[in-house]
Amino acid sequence: MEIKRKTRIRNMRYEDFNDNESLEKYVEELRAGGVNIFVGSINDIINWGRSNSVWPLTFATSCCGIEFMCVGAARADFARFGWEVTRNSPRQADVIFVCGTIVQKMAPVLKRLYDQMAEPKYVMAVGSCAICGGPFRDSYHVVQGVGEIIPVDVYVPGCPPRPDAMLYGMMQLERKIKLQNFFKLPDQPSIPPQSGAEERPDTENKQIQS
Amino acid sequence: MTETTDKTIQAPEYAETERVDGRTVFTVPAERLHDAARYLRDVAGCDFLIDIVGMDWGDSLGAFYHMSPTDRPAEVITLKTATTDRETPHLESVCDVWEVAQTYEREVHDFFGIVFTGNPDMRRLFLRESWQGYPLRKDYDADPALNPLHKESEPLSDMDVVPYFTLEDGRLVGHMRQMYEEDEYIVNFGPQHPAMHGVLHLRVSLDGEVIRSVDPNLGYIHRGIEKMCESYAYPQILHLTERLDYLSGNINRHAFCLCCEKALQIEAPQRAVYVRTIMDELTRIASHLLGWGSMCMDMGSITAFVYGMRDREKVMDIFEDTAGGRLMTSYYTIGGLASDIHPDFCRKVKEFIPYMRKMLREHHMLFTGNPIAAGRMKKTGRLTLDDAISLGATGPSGRASGWSNDIRKIAPYAAYDKVDFEVPMRTGGDTFDRYMVRLDEIEQSLRIIEQLIDNIPEGPYAEKMRPIIKLPEGEYFQRVENARGQFGVHISSRGDKTPYRVKFRSPCLPLVGALKHITPGSKVADLIMIGGSLDYVIPCMDR
Repeated sequence: MEIKRKTRIRNMRYEDFNDNESLEKYVEELRAGGVNIFVGSINDIINWGRSNSVWPLTFATSCCGIEFMCVGAARADFARFGWEVTRNSPRQADVIFVCGTIVQKMAPVLKRLYDQMAEPKYVMAVGSCAICGGPFRDSYHVVQGVGEIIPVDVYVPGCPPRPDAMLYGMMQLERKIKLQNFFKLPDQPSIPPQSGAEERPDTENKQIQS
Repeated sequence: MTETTDKTIQAPEYAETERVDGRTVFTVPAERLHDAARYLRDVAGCDFLIDIVGMDWGDSLGAFYHMSPTDRPAEVITLKTATTDRETPHLESVCDVWEVAQTYEREVHDFFGIVFTGNPDMRRLFLRESWQGYPLRKDYDADPALNPLHKESEPLSDMDVVPYFTLEDGRLVGHMRQMYEEDEYIVNFGPQHPAMHGVLHLRVSLDGEVIRSVDPNLGYIHRGIEKMCESYAYPQILHLTERLDYLSGNINRHAFCLCCEKALQIEAPQRAVYVRTIMDELTRIASHLLGWGSMCMDMGSITAFVYGMRDREKVMDIFEDTAGGRLMTSYYTIGGLASDIHPDFCRKVKEFIPYMRKMLREHHMLFTGNPIAAGRMKKTGRLTLDDAISLGATGPSGRASGWSNDIRKIAPYAAYDKVDFEVPMRTGGDTFDRYMVRLDEIEQSLRIIEQLIDNIPEGPYAEKMRPIIKLPEGEYFQRVENARGQFGVHISSRGDKTPYRVKFRSPCLPLVGALKHITPGSKVADLIMIGGSLDYVIPCMDR
């Protein structure tokens, strides 16, 4: 983890605090005594923890699901990133990997799964079907990208993406999590309303503000 | 090669007989369809209904019924019928002749709107209940405003009330019947269920812990591939075939290539034939390893899953070297291969064979001999031979019940007539037998590869093809053996650069029918295991 010596809290710069010297002296003393200590904000620590234990939902509809299994298996092994706890219940999951084609009949199910996940939650669109319909763009029954149903954080292109590509996508999401202010998480981006489809008032989906 | 029998099927007097593409085609009027089906089943011995191909000929709607007698399995007999009524098209159901027809007829009903009188279940198979229109009809209106994207699940009223139709004085009369009794206890499995191997939705009626009935609800990954094929050129369709059953991607692609090559009357160069056979068998090994691993994981053995995936990566490496892709190789083309094999291909394959043999022993030691696992698998989910044939459960699942149905043996394609191999067979038909047949097939696949890998002939790897491929007018049907059973491709061509109709015979769709048939009476915990042993792939059955 990155250790920030000069912590900036909200709008106050480091220099604006009065007791920096005593704090620095105290830290030096502790370090001299062999204690491991760093000074940072709680937010950084929480995000460090959050980004290293993102639990995905066990969700796959088609081909990309096989590569997702490969990411979980011995060679690619996403346990190295703390992602290995695949949850079978959306209530316990932090991220949903949309692996595979989402069709018209599946779309409401995916939306419900997303709504059931607890905040903060993230979405990775894996593979070209989830991004834009992919090879099935001309089909009458395929949703042209999951972005029409749920907000997406990271897109991983490929048909299907290699396990390495998925790992790269995961690291991008980790970066995104680390940059967030945990105590002031942004509202989930809403999907622009579609022509023809009625929009449900998003009551369950409201952000819990700290 | 199998010996050709001189026993020709006597045509009924109301049928027109012709010989197309190596098949005998009987054309019968719609009102005699059931008689013809009964005759072909009982007198001519065609007890295996391969597929029903719904058709829209513009002026009429109808279907091809591909069937095969199990004592002469290389033969394919086709029954053709049509009805000119486009408003309320109806045909007589043949689900009392072949059980698998019940599912196939629902599919034809979903795509073409043909009602089958006498079929007890005329719900749509794939599309949602409120879907407007029948997508595979030529006059289908694909306007998205007609079928907007729903963000809320619609209540499944069709799950409780099942429509069916009868013919009274030549008029079509619709009826409704209740699916469940009032006090039945229904549990939903899926579509999002970690052990469903995809997005299958099962409604399971339970009596305590014992299953009373299973009602599969499909279509959560129905991608409309067959309709897309009608507007794509033949080389473009190839990449869709791989995405049907992605675990047997190469083999499915092979089927489509073979079907086109048969229609064009060309043959791929011998080098391509050998490489295709080797790649097919590698695909089969990879698929069975994953099937084995995920089935064991369903029963609680995570280690087996990790072992299976570890060995599968070796196959993926070989694919990646030669084709550039891991899961989707896009390697076969009509007339040959997309590129030559990698210089390391033979070496890596030869290294893989002894490695896999060693690992196979390890897999057996890990799981097969485990008394708890074996105790659970033995005598559960028994599929009898007659049921397997009537339900059309081909592939390892059928062979575990004692039905010899391996296309590689009965109608050899590619280089399978040049190699010596056995078809693993068992007779118990239970979960353990299905499990063992898969592992035995890995051994046989290694044997096939071993015989071919040193003998890949030199020469060109592809036939020179024109950029635009036009198939001569006609109907073509080709079967291959993929990792799950008989995969069939039916192409109906009118001489254009795009096909008039493409139908894929999915080996997985009958398997889910088999699941419905064999699970009542088992414990609910065994449902997942039995499903794992059938090893179906949901996008293959939904297409």
